[in-house]
Amino acid sequence: MSEYQEIIAQLRDTVAQICDQYAGEYWRAKDRAREYPGEFVQALTDAGLLACLIPEAYGGSGLPLSVALEITRAIHENGANAAACHAQMYTMGTLLRHGSDEQKARYLPGIARGELRLQAFGVTEPSAGTDTAGITTTATLDGDRYIVNGQKVWISRAEHSDLMILLARTTPRNEVSKRTDGLSVFVVELREALENGLTIRPIRTMINHATTELFFDNMPVPAENLLGEEGKGFRYILSGMNAERILIASECIGDARWFIKTATDYACERKVFGRPIGQNQGVQFPIARAYAQTEAADLMVSKAAELYDAGEACGAEANMAKMLAAEASWAAGDTCLQTHGGFGLAEEYDVERKFRETRLYQIAPISTNLILSYLGEHELGMPRSY
Amino acid sequence: MKVLVAVKRVVDYNVKVRAKADGSDVDLNNVKMAINPFCEIAVEEAIRLREAGVATEVIAVSIGDKSCQEQIRTSLALGADRGIQVETEGAVEPLVVAKLLKGVIEKEQPQLVILGKQSIDGDNNQTGQMLGALTNMPQGTFASELVVDGDKITVTREVDGGLQTLSLNLPAIVTTDLRLNEPRYASLPNIMKAKKKQMDVYSPADLGVEPKAHLTTLKVEPPPERKAGIMVASVEELVDKLKNEAKVIS
Repeated sequence: MSEYQEIIAQLRDTVAQICDQYAGEYWRAKDRAREYPGEFVQALTDAGLLACLIPEAYGGSGLPLSVALEITRAIHENGANAAACHAQMYTMGTLLRHGSDEQKARYLPGIARGELRLQAFGVTEPSAGTDTAGITTTATLDGDRYIVNGQKVWISRAEHSDLMILLARTTPRNEVSKRTDGLSVFVVELREALENGLTIRPIRTMINHATTELFFDNMPVPAENLLGEEGKGFRYILSGMNAERILIASECIGDARWFIKTATDYACERKVFGRPIGQNQGVQFPIARAYAQTEAADLMVSKAAELYDAGEACGAEANMAKMLAAEASWAAGDTCLQTHGGFGLAEEYDVERKFRETRLYQIAPISTNLILSYLGEHELGMPRSY
Repeated sequence: MKVLVAVKRVVDYNVKVRAKADGSDVDLNNVKMAINPFCEIAVEEAIRLREAGVATEVIAVSIGDKSCQEQIRTSLALGADRGIQVETEGAVEPLVVAKLLKGVIEKEQPQLVILGKQSIDGDNNQTGQMLGALTNMPQGTFASELVVDGDKITVTREVDGGLQTLSLNLPAIVTTDLRLNEPRYASLPNIMKAKKKQMDVYSPADLGVEPKAHLTTLKVEPPPERKAGIMVASVEELVDKLKNEAKVIS
């Protein structure tokens, strides 16, 4: 790691300076209006941060995941939120690993420059979440194109993307021996698709998160936009999920550190009965405990990223990192809110907004229970629980 | 035109500094360090001159132990072309810094030298002026605007009571004030490029300077805590207190 220490220090400075320009009031206004933080995303794009994982040959910086996560963690540590654009970093991984040279040359340089946004990942459906093989959206070959029909839900940033990675069934389930076979992955050009059978409908949620549902009504996709081999899409999708989990875990660590710092500062400043409230162990200990929990979770995030960068299997570590980091950020958030008392609920302190935002990560991109099922079955060898 | 910029490693301006328990110095243990903000403004100005086609090369120089290479690297990531570290140990006082910079100037022969007006650690505000005296180059301190025109530079200075405009012959020395520009942040591609830029290391002996200390720090202690204020009931009471208690008006 030492060769990257200097780069990491400079990256953290750059992120801090960008976040300084888009401080609390910016996020509060966006939150009230449920608006996409386009200016913030543009600043990150202009600084080349979202292209960190793209190889230099395609115009990115070719950094390992363990350096990229310093960016997402720092964004959250500085009170901002990377959810509006973190997928621009890693969604291209599916294209990079499984696309043809021609497909990579067509899309990656534009993605690296930020002119093309590939930050939508169309997998989840109303009746198939973690049960990915159960999706019912179909893509049927018709000459030199596929015709897509079906529906997706919880597709984040689709309205703010030019491209989407789409998973659809190309061979009916009863015609394949394994249910995970017969699924294929496509690159969908969304601007074009919106005029040809795609409808995007935003979903209002508890937080300002640009998520949507999608409807495909005979939407054509050129056959040349198929990634890799037809029918092998399930494996392609899985290979991208570890990077996503590790980056999101790093955002949780960033949130947790923001909560801990905010709580600590307030506990030292706020005086009740003539002394700072942080002098009371009832206030101090939960913050200290959240700190310990956060630092422990961060070690797992680092371990998962190191395995990922070394090209080793890291499914269990990526899952554990996400779970532990999301629990740490939630504990820190709850403690921060409690430390602030009534002021924690006031919008201007940003605590309530961050509290709502960090809650998401126990649900997305995978819920805690499914991580526990995975660990029970695959790591501990207990019977499959679902 | 070659531009030399001096950058100093200091405690980050966001950090609340503390004195060491033994009063020997400021406690730098686990403290975030950064480029002195005025030096950052100097780097930005030099890069802007190069972007405008006025400067052809920007060289960032820092004086200190190996750790100050971080600040040189940051200057390179911001856009400086190459770096020079003058390796010294311990605290270096303004006169020694000025002598070392003079040595670098003799080696590099820049047309313009830009420094911060002061560094936020010692707040001495001496190096630029001493360098002017040692090199016999004209100086424009506290600059809020720079315009290079052929072999002259027009410097707008922020002075008490207004702005003063000077025309200096190049080569010249300029020190920056806060309003000269707003420094950029380093983009990731430039951070990556900076890794490959040249950085030379000189010892004071290479520059013919013996870093002799003329100053001794006796004690470092925090300023006394400010006492709580009071509310006055009327303007009359305020005036009375200013006159008779604070004795700041008569």
